Amino acid sequence: MKLSIVDYKSGNISSVINSFKEVAQDKVNIEVTSDIKKISLSDKVVLPGQGSFKSCVDALNNINGLVDTLNEFVDVKKKPLLGICVGLQMFADVGYEETETKGLGWISGKVSKIDNQRGKYKLPHIGWNQINIVKDSKIFKSIENNSHMYFVHSYEFIPTDNKVISATTDYSTKIVCSVEKENIFGTQFHPEKSDKTGLKLVDNFINL
Amino acid sequence: MLKNRIIPCLDVKNGRVVKGINFVNLQDAGDPVEQAKIYSDGGADEICFLDITASNENRDTIYHVVKETSKKCFVPLTVGGGVRTVEDINKLLNCGADKVSINTSAVQDKNVVLESSKKFGSQCIVVAIDAKKNGDKWDVYTHGGRNNSGLDALEFAKKMEDSGAGELLVTSMDRDGTQIGYDIDLMKKISSMVNIPLIASGGVGNLDHLAEGIKEGNASAVLAASIFHYGKHSVIEAKEYLNSKGIPVRI
Repeated sequence: MKLSIVDYKSGNISSVINSFKEVAQDKVNIEVTSDIKKISLSDKVVLPGQGSFKSCVDALNNINGLVDTLNEFVDVKKKPLLGICVGLQMFADVGYEETETKGLGWISGKVSKIDNQRGKYKLPHIGWNQINIVKDSKIFKSIENNSHMYFVHSYEFIPTDNKVISATTDYSTKIVCSVEKENIFGTQFHPEKSDKTGLKLVDNFINL
Repeated sequence: MLKNRIIPCLDVKNGRVVKGINFVNLQDAGDPVEQAKIYSDGGADEICFLDITASNENRDTIYHVVKETSKKCFVPLTVGGGVRTVEDINKLLNCGADKVSINTSAVQDKNVVLESSKKFGSQCIVVAIDAKKNGDKWDVYTHGGRNNSGLDALEFAKKMEDSGAGELLVTSMDRDGTQIGYDIDLMKKISSMVNIPLIASGGVGNLDHLAEGIKEGNASAVLAASIFHYGKHSVIEAKEYLNSKGIPVRI
């Protein structure tokens, strides 16, 4: 099995790499790459993302053919892809961080700033929060409801269709923190930084 | 519900822990990687390394420490001390740090915070403010507390938020090492002024101090060194205590 972590020069992905290597050991061939041929030949893809929605989308677009390759991977080949943090947010049609920016459009919806109730809640939403699992997702296998995951973000994904939501978390509002649509998976929290529970999720994705 | 975080801090010099856990069963008490792993296995919500290496030729030791730690600890890792440039931040992040804390250079060059938060995202930029009371205000100190910048800590905190800092690590120099508790007044004032999370530091001597930092100081997270290092309390004990006081923690 070949798994590619997309390295599109946006933010720090060392922790994502370390967590997948820790879980996979020698069983899975993990490639950290921006090479579209390698990505295209993978069985699974992880799309991390740090920084702003706009900077991540721009960075994806900067690599020739990358967006087309990813589109083909999820839409035509229907192979599993996991987006993490802004990696998940980019599934949306549009994002409003910095300026209005078109997303990948894989899951209909928008990304906007968390309503912090006029400063009543601090932003970014940083730290450990509990997830409410609302859908029996394969990536939550053996992960209990109300488990703690590590979050750090100021923007949230608001999907048009509630059926794609697999988990939410309670902050100033109910925030969508995990989505699943067929072969497309995404978490707003960072499994790579969420201790044993997070590594379990990584393991579940590897074993899909 | 978002939980309040407990962050043990390890001082690292030339790649070795200088103030660390004093456990008899440690194979190598000076190994920062081993100590960080003990903390993360013991329920620490994050780990903080403060690099106090003085000489320039040994500065690279911290990169090795961060690299090894990030392969073994799967909770967020913050690294501070001697971070001067955007390139220093880049190097630490590439080694596996999740956040970098900036102190002196944030005061000296206002572009460091601005540029780095734009480049890497606010989520990984922590501004460390060393504050000392001077009359009825607090001054910001730099160079490990040796130089008074003359800047007002409250105004500086606000400015750092505007420049793109994702969190503030506020240390009271008056309280640091005293074990008489955080400077609650300082924490409360800064926390109410800014909209980003505040990590309280300096002065923890017992578990009640941690509770005060959160309840009265409005800190999102509490950082402590000596109460954990010398086996006085474990992280889990601290969490159970906070939980009994009605403070939400991850257990």
